[in-house]
Amino acid sequence: MRKDQTLGEYLQSQGVSRRGFLKFCSATASLMALPPSAVAQVAEALATARRPSVIWLSFQECTGCTESLTRSHAPTVESLIFDAISLDYHHTLQAASGHGAEAAREAAMEENEGEYILVVDGSIPVGNKAYSTIAGISNYDMLVEAASKAFAIVAVGTCAAFGGIPHANPNPTGAVSVSDIVTGKPIINVSGCPPIPVVITGVLAHFLTFGTIPELDAQGRPAAFFGQNIHDRCYRRPFYERGQFAETFDDEGARKGWCLYKLGCKGPTTYNACATLKWNAGTSFPIQSGHGCIGCSEPNFWDKGSFYNPISAGMWGSRDALLGAAAAGAALGVGSAIAARARKKKAQAAEEA
Amino acid sequence: MTLLEFASGPGLQWALWIFVFGVVWRLIGALFLLARKDLSKPRRHNSVAAGLGAIWSRSTPAHAFEKRILFQHVTGYAWHFALFISVLFFAPHILFFESVLGFGWPHLPNTIVMVTAIIATAVLITLLIRRATHPVQRFISNADDYISIVVVLIPLVTGILAFAHVGGRYETLLALHLLSVEVMLIWFPFGKLMHAIMTMPARYQAGTAFGRRGVKA
Repeated sequence: MRKDQTLGEYLQSQGVSRRGFLKFCSATASLMALPPSAVAQVAEALATARRPSVIWLSFQECTGCTESLTRSHAPTVESLIFDAISLDYHHTLQAASGHGAEAAREAAMEENEGEYILVVDGSIPVGNKAYSTIAGISNYDMLVEAASKAFAIVAVGTCAAFGGIPHANPNPTGAVSVSDIVTGKPIINVSGCPPIPVVITGVLAHFLTFGTIPELDAQGRPAAFFGQNIHDRCYRRPFYERGQFAETFDDEGARKGWCLYKLGCKGPTTYNACATLKWNAGTSFPIQSGHGCIGCSEPNFWDKGSFYNPISAGMWGSRDALLGAAAAGAALGVGSAIAARARKKKAQAAEEA
Repeated sequence: MTLLEFASGPGLQWALWIFVFGVVWRLIGALFLLARKDLSKPRRHNSVAAGLGAIWSRSTPAHAFEKRILFQHVTGYAWHFALFISVLFFAPHILFFESVLGFGWPHLPNTIVMVTAIIATAVLITLLIRRATHPVQRFISNADDYISIVVVLIPLVTGILAFAHVGGRYETLLALHLLSVEVMLIWFPFGKLMHAIMTMPARYQAGTAFGRRGVKA
């Protein structure tokens, strides 16, 4: 795509029909909870949008987020839009390396100062900044510099949004999230391990359409995608209501597709769009494949106990501690009974005397 | 630490410790009251039958008062039965008990438990209003009565809200439900809620004592 080409022209040149494009615009508008009347505005804005500059920084991450966004399925309108952004720096995807690549990043930052979108995946080590460096620059310094000149920051994946797995106990690198470091800039958290591809394209579509960041929830995530929990949107919910649960992963209930609550599904406390948008071009999502939600789009999901413990199971401590409480209670009970008898004896003696 | 993490972790631990400590304390204290030897000559030897008889006779209305106490009698049973079903046969509750006790038991469909929980809540609110407005009930009630009702009522209300996902995010409602249960557990041994453990043994004990003296009760 040429830099002066609009998105509409580009999609047309790639064989996307007007009908297909409008279908995507309608889906995007409804995903963003916009009224039907806004579809035309979305279509017009997207069709005439110039490609925005995007700088993508990868820190302490596993590349799963990039894999999710770029290689999840055959090209679709979403991935074409992703192609249509001007991805000026992404060290996993770009051919250039070393100081040449860093020079390209710095040039893109100068050229689009205050206008580019900074995408970050991976957490940032602050315990010892040397744990993760790129061309000799620590993740921390690179983030602070790139964020200072960005229009907005998109923290892609749970690591960038909340610290993720590197942040999990005992957090050897002192990993933190983007929002722990950057202040004074809009930050959109697109959490998930990895996040759903259409959510990141939806965020970009919103930016292209309105030139603003979407409405966010309390965790800084786009409310249109993270507004409802998995449980409320799960197709297995009727089985929960009826009290029909799979007890093991291979019992009759599991084969019949009953609710996975007893097997530790974290759907009721996890906010994401997996149950509606699904994965692999809308094919399936973890619960549909027979495994409970592990809550990967929530902060500290790795440190919330076993994935297979039901949500209502309490972390009640050890049996020994309870026995200790019982022993203390028994001791006090015996003591108070003895004291009561002594008091009574004394009173009786006083009465007799 | 989120509210839910606190409620299902340290909050729950402390509440259980205090609950177990308090219950054992009061039970042992009460049991020691029985340890005194009765020197009188028994008029009736089968004190077990007398004890069981007292449990039964005090669980049914005395004929003379049948009409006058019908309301308390029916609402009392409705409340306890509905609470029993709601607490012990709701699948997530059984999973909780299983995590503490190490074993579980079959559950009822959630819809049935929802109905019993609503019945329990409605009856308890009715009884609370009656206690606060009926002249005699009001006269014989103290703070313990009101606190005991409220600490049981709040878990019921928050539980229904959490189940129906009404009034807030699920994890917030679940955390409030757990916290309210923890308040109830902490209050339990020190207030009138202790009747849940004491009632039947107390009736039995009174029955055997009466039976020994030849009193029909």
